This record gives sequence, C-alpha cells and structure tokens, in this order.
Amino acid sequence: MGGAADILELIKEIRGRRIKVLVAKLGLDGHDRGAKVVARALKDAGMEVIYTGIRQSPEQVVETAIQEDVDIIGVSILSGAHIPLMERLISLLREKGIDDIPVFLGGTIPLPDIPKLEEIGVDKVFLPGTPLYDIIKYTVEAVKKKRSRGN
Amino acid sequence: MTKLYNDKALDEIKARLEKWEKETLPRSLSRFPERSEEFTTLSGIPVKRLYTPLDVKDTSYMEKLGLPGEYPFTRGIHATMYRGRIWTMRMFSGFGSAEDTNKRLKFLISHGETGLSLAFDYPTLVGIDSDDPLAKGEVGVCGVAVSSLLDMETIFDGIDMGSITTNMTINPPAPVLLAMYVATAEKQGVPYSKIGGTTQNDPLKEFIAQKSYVFPPEPSVKIAMDVVEWSVKNLPKWNPISISGYHIREAGSTAVQELAFTIADGIEYVRHLINRGLDVDSFAPRLSFFFDSHINFFEEIAKFRAARRMWAKIMREWFNAKKERSLWMRFHTQTAGVSLTAQQPFNNIIRTTIEALAAVLGGTQSLHTNSLDEPFRVPSEFAAKIALRTQQIIAYETGVADTVDPLAGSYYVEWLTDKMEEEAWKYIDRIEMMGGMTEAVKRGYPQREITEASFRFQREVEERKRYIVGVNIFVEEEEDEIRNVPLLDINQREIEKRQIERLRKLRRQRNNEAVKDALNKLRKAASKGENIMPYVLEAVKKYATLGEIMNTLKEVYGIWVEPPIY
Amino acid sequence: MSERDSIKEVLGKATKGDKAALGRLLTIIETSPKKASMVVSEILHEEGGAHVIGITGIPGSGKSTLISRLISHYKDKGLKIAVIAIDPTSPLSQGALLGDRIRMQEHATSPNVFIRSVPTRGVKGGLSFSGVTMIEVFDKLGYDKIIVESIGVGQTDIDIMNVAHTIVVVTTPGLGDDIQALKAGIMEIGDIYVLNKSDKPEANKTYAYLDFALDLGELGGVDKRGWQPRLLKTSAIMGEGIRELADTIEEHLDYIRSSNKYTEKIQTRRMLMVKLLAEKIFLEKLEETAENSGEVRLEKDNNLYQASINLIKKVSRELERE
Repeated sequence: MGGAADILELIKEIRGRRIKVLVAKLGLDGHDRGAKVVARALKDAGMEVIYTGIRQSPEQVVETAIQEDVDIIGVSILSGAHIPLMERLISLLREKGIDDIPVFLGGTIPLPDIPKLEEIGVDKVFLPGTPLYDIIKYTVEAVKKKRSRGN
Repeated sequence: MTKLYNDKALDEIKARLEKWEKETLPRSLSRFPERSEEFTTLSGIPVKRLYTPLDVKDTSYMEKLGLPGEYPFTRGIHATMYRGRIWTMRMFSGFGSAEDTNKRLKFLISHGETGLSLAFDYPTLVGIDSDDPLAKGEVGVCGVAVSSLLDMETIFDGIDMGSITTNMTINPPAPVLLAMYVATAEKQGVPYSKIGGTTQNDPLKEFIAQKSYVFPPEPSVKIAMDVVEWSVKNLPKWNPISISGYHIREAGSTAVQELAFTIADGIEYVRHLINRGLDVDSFAPRLSFFFDSHINFFEEIAKFRAARRMWAKIMREWFNAKKERSLWMRFHTQTAGVSLTAQQPFNNIIRTTIEALAAVLGGTQSLHTNSLDEPFRVPSEFAAKIALRTQQIIAYETGVADTVDPLAGSYYVEWLTDKMEEEAWKYIDRIEMMGGMTEAVKRGYPQREITEASFRFQREVEERKRYIVGVNIFVEEEEDEIRNVPLLDINQREIEKRQIERLRKLRRQRNNEAVKDALNKLRKAASKGENIMPYVLEAVKKYATLGEIMNTLKEVYGIWVEPPIY
Repeated sequence: MSERDSIKEVLGKATKGDKAALGRLLTIIETSPKKASMVVSEILHEEGGAHVIGITGIPGSGKSTLISRLISHYKDKGLKIAVIAIDPTSPLSQGALLGDRIRMQEHATSPNVFIRSVPTRGVKGGLSFSGVTMIEVFDKLGYDKIIVESIGVGQTDIDIMNVAHTIVVVTTPGLGDDIQALKAGIMEIGDIYVLNKSDKPEANKTYAYLDFALDLGELGGVDKRGWQPRLLKTSAIMGEGIRELADTIEEHLDYIRSSNKYTEKIQTRRMLMVKLLAEKIFLEKLEETAENSGEVRLEKDNNLYQASINLIKKVSRELERE
C-alpha cells in the first residue's frame, strides 16, 4: 500500500504526461460498482477517464478506444464470460493494429484462468480486494512502458 | 403513552453515570486508551462508549416494540417465530443448459426439496435470445438459458409443477418468464390455483443498483405492476414481487440506504397499484422483501427490526391497510457477497456465520448463506454444503432460535433500531419530495448516493480506517489451495452452440404467422396501456421468443441508458 | 522523419478513412499547440462543407440521448457524423471522467460515426482551441454533420457555440417556472429550442412559457430578423419529434446557406482559432513569466497599470525570442 508521499509523487507524474484511460464494462452483467470505483480513483489521480457504461460488446470497446485514442484499457467482467470476451477483444485490437494498448482486467476471475488470460494477451489481472493505489500505479507504469516502446 | 422507565429511576442512573464519567472512566482511560477516537457503524452512525436506559428513556414499549405477531411487528411477524418453525433455508443455484437444469431439479426433488430456485444466464436476465450477438460467450454461464417456451418445457419435463414452488430471479423479462412458467404448467394440466412460486420482478432496484434494466423507469414499473395485478387476480399462490435491498447493498450502499431505498421502492409500488384501483388489502399480503445481511452485526439486526416497524406503519397509516397480513414485512435474507474476500478464503465461513446469525436475530423468514469460494467462482458443492451447514448449526445447536427476538431491550440495539429508522426516514422524505422513487431514480439520486458511499468505504479501507482481515490487516502472502481449484467445466461453447441450433430450428418449425399476429396484438395492447400479461401469455404459447417479445415492448416503451453518474 | 512529415503521414491515413489515425490526430491537436498549427496549415486550403451543429443544455436535459437519435437519423440518410462531446472537468484535480458517450455507444461501431470526448481543461482557452481545431479537421475529412455537445456554461462553451452554424438549445419541463434561468447566458443564443421529455405532465406549461418568451423576443440569437427561432417538442427516449427537429435543422441550414452566413461562420471559426491559440500561448507564457520573474512586484510608488504593461512587454519579448 502506498504512503501519502508515494501517491503525491505518482500524481505529479500523471499530471506531467496526460494519461487517457478507457474503463469498459464488457459483457452483460450490470455490476458496475468496481468499474466506477476504479474510474473515479483514476480520475482523482489526475487521469482522463472515458467510461463506456454497461453491456458493451468487444467491438464497441475497441472502436471507442480508437476514437478516443486512449493509452490503456481497463475491463471489468463479473459474469464469468471473461475468457471468450477477452479473446475477442484482444483479437480485435490486433486486427485494428492497436494491440500496443495494454489491457487490464478486474472482476471475479478464478486463479487458474489467469495464465490463460495472460496467454490471450491480457497485461494484468486484478482480483477483488486490490488496493486502488496498486491499480493507479500499474496504470502509470504500463503507459510509461507503452510510450517508451512507441518512441 | 407510558414510558419504560420512571423519572426517579432515570435521575438515579443519570447521577451515577455522571459520577462514573468523572471517576471510574478517567482512571480506566489513562491505563487503557481507546483504540480509536471515534467508532462508527458501516453506515457512519457514531457508536457511543456505553448505552444505558437514558438512551431509550423516551421509548414507549407498546408503541415502538409491542409483542411479536402484533403491530408494529418490531419483534417479529409471528407470535412464536422460530420456536414454531425454523426459517426456510433457501439456497439459490445456477447451472448450464435446460437439460442439465432438468436433471438437477429432478435430483433435488428426489432428495425431498420442493422449493426450487432458478438462476438464469445474463442474456435471459436482460431479455435477449441466445443467438443475439451480445449473448456470445454468456449463454448458460451464470444460470440456465431460456429463450422460448420450449426451454421452459424442457426444464420442467417430467416434474409435476402442481407439487413444487419455484423462485425465479428475473426482472425486466419477468412477465415473459412467468408466462412461460404458467404455459408449461397449463400444458401439464395444473390449475392456476396450484401454481406457486416467486418472481423477483422489482424494476426500481435495477436502476438503483443491479443494472439489468431494459425499459425506462416509468414503463418498467408499469410492466412489473401488470405482473402483480395479473397474479393477484389469477394465481392465488404466486408471490409476484420481491422488493429487494440486497442488490442495493451489494452495489455499495450503507445499511441505512438499503433500508430507506427498499422501503421507498415498496411505497412506489403500493401507490401505483392503488392508483390502478386495486384494494390495498387485495395485494399487500403478497408483497415480499429481500435484504442483505452484512458484517456490522448490531447494525444489521437493528436494520431488520426497523424495517418491519416502518413498513407496518406505512401500510397502516399511509395506505389504510386493514388486514393484519398487509402490515407484515416478510423477507428473505442473503449474507453479504461483497463482504467476502479472495484473500484467505476460509475466513469467509466465519463472516457468513456472523451475518447469518444477524439475519436470524433480526427475524428473517428465509435465508441464503454464501459459499466461501464465491469471490472467485461459482460455488463448489463442498463450499455450498458448508454454507448450508452454517445455517443448520445456528438453527439447531446455538439456541438463538429458542426465544423470540432475544436482543430486544438491549439499550444499544433499541437505540440503534431507532437511529436506523430516523436516518432512513430522512432519505424517504427526500425521495418523497422528489415525487417518489421513479422520479428520484431518473434524477440519479439513489445511484449517486450509493456511488458516493461505496467510494467512501473503499477509501476508508485503503486508509485503514476500516479493517478487513487478510486485506489490510493480518495479510498473508501465500496462496490458499482452494483458490487453485479449477472451475466446474460446463463446456460453455457446446451449450451455446446447441442452444442456438435449437432456437433456429424453433424459428423454422413454429407457425410464424401466428407469432407475428400475437406480437402485433401485444404491441397494440401495450400502446393502449392495457395490462400486457394476457398478450404476453398468448405470444409465449405461440412460441414467440423472449427476445422477440422484449423487442416488441421496446418499440412501444423505448430503452433506458443510464445517465452518467459516478 | 520530421515532425511535419509524421503529421502528414497521420493526416494522410486519416483522410483515407483510418479511424485510429484520426484518433491520434485529435490527440496531437489536444496536446501540442505547435503541432496543431502544423495540422491546420496542412488542411486549411481545402474547404469541407460540413454543417456544424451546436447542441447545448443543462445536465439532465437529455441532450446526449437526443444526439444519439439525431445520429441514427443522419446515418439512415447515409451521412457521415462527428460528435465532439465536451465534458466538464473536475475542478479539484485535473482529472476528468468523461461519460457523455455512454448514451451514444450504440453508434460506436458505425463506420460513418466518430465520437470524441473532450474535457474542459484547467488552462483557460485550451479547450476552445482544440475544440475549434477539431471541427476544422472533421470538416476537411468529409464529415457532413459535426455535432458539438456542451452544457453551455462558461466562456469556453459560448466560444464554441459561436462557431456552430446552427445552435440547438435543449430544455426540459419543470424549468417553466424559472424562465429567468433560460434567459441567462447561452440560453439566449439558440436558433432552435427543443423542449425534450415532452411526454412529462408539466410539459405543456413549460412549452407555453417558452413560446411566450420567444414571442416577446426574449429568447433567440441576434439574428432574429432573418430567422425566427423555433420551438419544438421531442421525447428523445421514445424517438418522438426527431424527424421534425432534423427537418428544422435543415431548414436553418438552407437559411444560412442562402444568406451567406454559412461562410461567415467559417470565417468566424478561423478567426477564433487564431485568437484562441494566441490566448493559449500568451497565457501559458504569462504564467511562466510571472512565476519566474522578480520584476513582477508592486512597489510603493509603482503604478499597477504600468506594472501590468511591463509584464505584457516582457512576455512579448520572450515569445519573440522563441
């Protein structure tokens, strides 16, 4: 867990580089508490957050990522359909040539599914109970990594 | 109005308390400073160091508490409560295809279970067919897929629907699923008078929390009330609505918000039905409720007791209900899914036990206990069994069920019950001023309050103002074995494929002219504002699919997209 | 590759219909005024012919749903539509939560629709500049309808509404009793007024109020002589009144096309772009200079006005040096 000083340091860094995040509710479940809490925490940390609302298809999420030109995508799934949905999402990102955008996933994900999700191309899986600070920190680092690759 | 304590006794207590605060307390504080400057319940209600008769000095026993089975029902809706009959241990469960479900139901029935509970998959819950592009990957995952009467017939094939009751957790498509259930029973030759069970059918909490809404708020309420009205007139054994605080709480509300918003939903429904010209006593006994039981023990007990008292008062004083049963708040309780942690999952057994105990001490009519592995998967049989055993231990070993409302008279519990009620009324007053819950929901009021509360809670956990064992205190690094147990493999792809094939075959083989005709009649009736139930039933019998019926209604009522609320 | 070449490349791709390239192009405009100028100089010599529609109204008026309906309408006609959704940024931090597109997500996958959320930034003038420049880009790329959505509060919103060919002000029943609110600020400048949620019981009353205000000439833009502002009823959620609204918008377009106002608006837009960029550059430099400069002090016998002029001179000198 981050101390206050760490968080301040992090926020400074975020403000310096403008980070745009897409928070997406993929699939049909309406449990948006987690997605909204994460969206709000990232916003409070100084990022620009686009929230899609519930019941989004992989196609909608990818198109939104394109039009908004986001740096990173956070997906929330609590319906249990994470494997087929993430497979579709990542393959669409590849098709569109924007698979350099890191994708992280949160929700009720069984541990044995994590390696499979990583194989599919999910950058990071967050389980219930993850401190918000960890997600903020991960987001900053993942975007940094992406940008250093891009340049 | 007679008070519980006379003035002389209160003066004595007051004098002694002042002395205690001057002499005994400082000595103790200097040796054992308190753990925190302030203690609060999960709803943020400050908890005092000590409660005495002074905190309940104005309580009139007869007015606030009464006796069990009598107004205001604070102590329970039945005179003997669990001394007569233990609460119903109703466990909700979900499973793959219609055939799988049929087998599972038969297995349960052969083991003596007569109260069935159907979980539906997400496409069914939001009213789309299994072959809809949005359904991809979700068919049969969280429950059974029901796209047409054919699926319902398969589920109940060889099961006598006259001798069982079925709980269906379904909301916007409730009229369609109920129609399918009724049509299947009818085909079996079961008379309407013997069809029993429950539809959740509570649209307002969908907007507030659960978010499986389809239509805008007004038509959603209208449709749900169609189901209630039609059931009251045709299905004497059916519980047409279960007014649910559970989802509100799971979405991150406080206990006070759960209490207030659920009751405000109930008020809205009652008003709607009365405006239709129904006699309040004709439907009120058929309304039931559904609450969460969270981890803050006493606050939960106080919430349940306050809920009963508030509802009885509302029904009698606001709506002039005369029948005693109209004043009863009957409720089902489920322990809090959100309180469970993925870390050190065996601790979840303890959490569930404490929550279940609170529900029982709060006087619930039925109870579902969560399984320890639910933070990361659909429950295994092993975990589900422990959850059921938890209830059985509370019922048969602890003795807490042997006397009615055993915590009554506790200064703290009575004070807190009053406090919960007082705080809940504030919310209800605000909602009333907005013109009722439908209006409030459209303005995003309860949604915003909940989002605020859940964010506040998360903050408090991160700042370690609230502790969760294994999450922000007593954290362990190693993984527990149970988390590595793979999910039950339901072969989702195969289920989805077969379901889609079945649906396509149905669309080819049914009388499509008859379907079109039935849907047209439904559209017309809906546009005219008639009760849609008879028309939905007709369409279902012609094998119109769930998606087709819902789409017809969408044409008339429109669809809802939530305003942005964070 | 030089900066200019890489911008040309992205622009080239975007022109060919590559949405990802267009997305990146808009980011360039948002983040770097210098590169944004390069983009503008690449595209300015070509005229698009887009119709810029400003849609404004308080939060809760249902304007996002209304826009979603308009998109459907235009899509059916085979038109290309761009939406610039301006979302208020949280004043406490620089972060922003952009949720206006939630109600338009059904169009996310349409090939002829492009929706972009834009936060109102802390730096004064920042948004208006990128917003106006984005209009220029969409115009060049052949978008037929460019819809700019804003809540209509503050100078930035008024700036951006001023460059719209057609301004639609969305209101909702219940505001009738407080018509003063409507008369304040941006509400005055509508070419078309829409009473949304007109299925509500109190709608007739509000409609009467608005109608009266229009008759009195209390509402409506400066151009009242040429165009009498219209009042329409819609229910966006039910899709009612959308066709009438779209027809009226076309009627207004015909009017401005016939009266030369169409090109006037484009000139206004381009002049504004220059002014806003100047403002942006100047204010940023001002802040920097004021922070680093020991000269910015108000001495006892120093004149406040003179001190300000001195600061401006200093900023100008530094800008010239760059």
